[in-house]
Amino acid sequence: MKPHDHSCPSCSGHGLPFIPEPHFRPLPGTGTPVIELRGVGFSYAEREVLSEVDLTVTVGDFLAVIGPNGGGKTTLVKLILGLLAPKEGTVRVLGADPLSVRPAVGYVPQHAQVQPSFPVTVHEVVLLGLRRAGGMLSGGRWPGYRRREKDKAMEALRMVDMADLATRRFDALSGGQKQRVLVARALVSDPALLLFDEPTSNIDPQGKICLFDLLSALSSSITIVMVSHDLISASTRISSVAVVNRRLIQNRSRELTPAMLELIYGTHDASCPLDEYIRGVSSIFGQSGPGSTP
Amino acid sequence: MSGLLGMEFMQNALLAGLLASLACGIIGSLVVVNRQVFMAGGVAHTAYGGVGLAFFLGLPVLPCAVGFTVLAALIMALASFGRSERSDGIIGIMWAAGMAFGILLMDLTPGYNVDLMSYLFGSLLAVPRSDIWFMLLLDVLILGVVLFWYKDFLSLSFDMEFARSTGVPVRMLYALMQVLTAVTVVMVIQIAGLILVIALLTIPPMLAELFTDSLWKTMALATLASLFFCLCGLALSYHLDLTSGASIIAVATAGYVLAWGFKSLRGKA
Repeated sequence: MKPHDHSCPSCSGHGLPFIPEPHFRPLPGTGTPVIELRGVGFSYAEREVLSEVDLTVTVGDFLAVIGPNGGGKTTLVKLILGLLAPKEGTVRVLGADPLSVRPAVGYVPQHAQVQPSFPVTVHEVVLLGLRRAGGMLSGGRWPGYRRREKDKAMEALRMVDMADLATRRFDALSGGQKQRVLVARALVSDPALLLFDEPTSNIDPQGKICLFDLLSALSSSITIVMVSHDLISASTRISSVAVVNRRLIQNRSRELTPAMLELIYGTHDASCPLDEYIRGVSSIFGQSGPGSTP
Repeated sequence: MSGLLGMEFMQNALLAGLLASLACGIIGSLVVVNRQVFMAGGVAHTAYGGVGLAFFLGLPVLPCAVGFTVLAALIMALASFGRSERSDGIIGIMWAAGMAFGILLMDLTPGYNVDLMSYLFGSLLAVPRSDIWFMLLLDVLILGVVLFWYKDFLSLSFDMEFARSTGVPVRMLYALMQVLTAVTVVMVIQIAGLILVIALLTIPPMLAELFTDSLWKTMALATLASLFFCLCGLALSYHLDLTSGASIIAVATAGYVLAWGFKSLRGKA
């Protein structure tokens, strides 16, 4: 366990005291593949969404997958989660079939995807993250939770600086706070990999900064893959970037190559670091880059 | 009062109210939090096809309607699952077709049966003892299923995509939820009638949801609220010689408006 600085102005000020090492760590050592996609293709009916996709994510990566709407970002996430099976190629997560390593993968959907009005406390939302596959008739589905489970959920809430609001109803929170609770729900099962699907949509700018501070802190101990079109907020925090628009191009650094830019926007004439690219885009589009709200 | 309670029809009415309240409290809460009131409406109107079929074939109404409605609910669940943009249309078709099927069978049944009115507007005071046992059986089924899969129902109701990612058998439970809704709807038709069944299935959970912070608490409070509305409505119906189903719904609606007003005022204070 190691301490982290946390100076987000929109958080309550308690900071992120500790980010514990995940219990489930089957493949220690940097460079070990956490996600491997080889020649993956997927289509919905006749519409091809992904084609010949290769992707390698190793332990410790903080990868941002960016791309236009309809480019296959969410499909990619679902393939990694095992919710969809590839039509072609193979998907391996932690060296195994995605369905067999569910407990090691934490999934954070957009907070807007959950029911907006629901009688559930923040604490219970996090407890839902402890539910893992064990067969249709396995136990543990009855109402009520063990003390150990409740403590674990509180620990996850402390990690995202939301322990003070544990007893509050989830629908009474702001967008940024909700997203942090969903991060805690994913963290509660001690995952080796965290998957985020558009984590900053419907969150105010300050909430985004706060969330990315959290992700930065988490990335020191957990491999993170984030699907997003919010390039600007993510730019300084990620370690590598991939672009998906039916095809996928991955870069081991934060640099967007001409080929990547061409895949997103059709054409671009020079390679540039991500930060420079964003500054360039911002100067053209005012304060916001395409598809982003800094 | 004791003389009134000594009458079998009144005992049956109270028991039926209690059993229906339990079913409404539990399943109604799932219906409300999953925003499936329209689906429940479709199921309710399809149930009329089952009632018509029972009359036409001369079979016991409750078991026949349960079987027919469960089948229709399963078809609705299969047709609408994962196709939210088209689910309302599918439900609308089933809604109208089920109702029309029931009416046509009624037309074809020799000698128009006056009991039909009790299925349109409900008649708590006319529930026979044999139906009470059947309702008890259905309540045990509903309670057992929801308790066993409580956390999975909670997870899929709150966030279906996440539930699926953790291995919750979402499709199976979604279908099961529609089956339980069908069972509850048919049960409540006895009391509130086809036209008002949705209100009894919706109002108590919506009221309970205002004051609770967990699904099981919503279910428990909705059950109590539903029972309270049934008893008050029954008393109103008896003393003022009103239709019992409509009286129950009137009380429930007034109760919800009061609760909502109270909650709003408290929120502003």
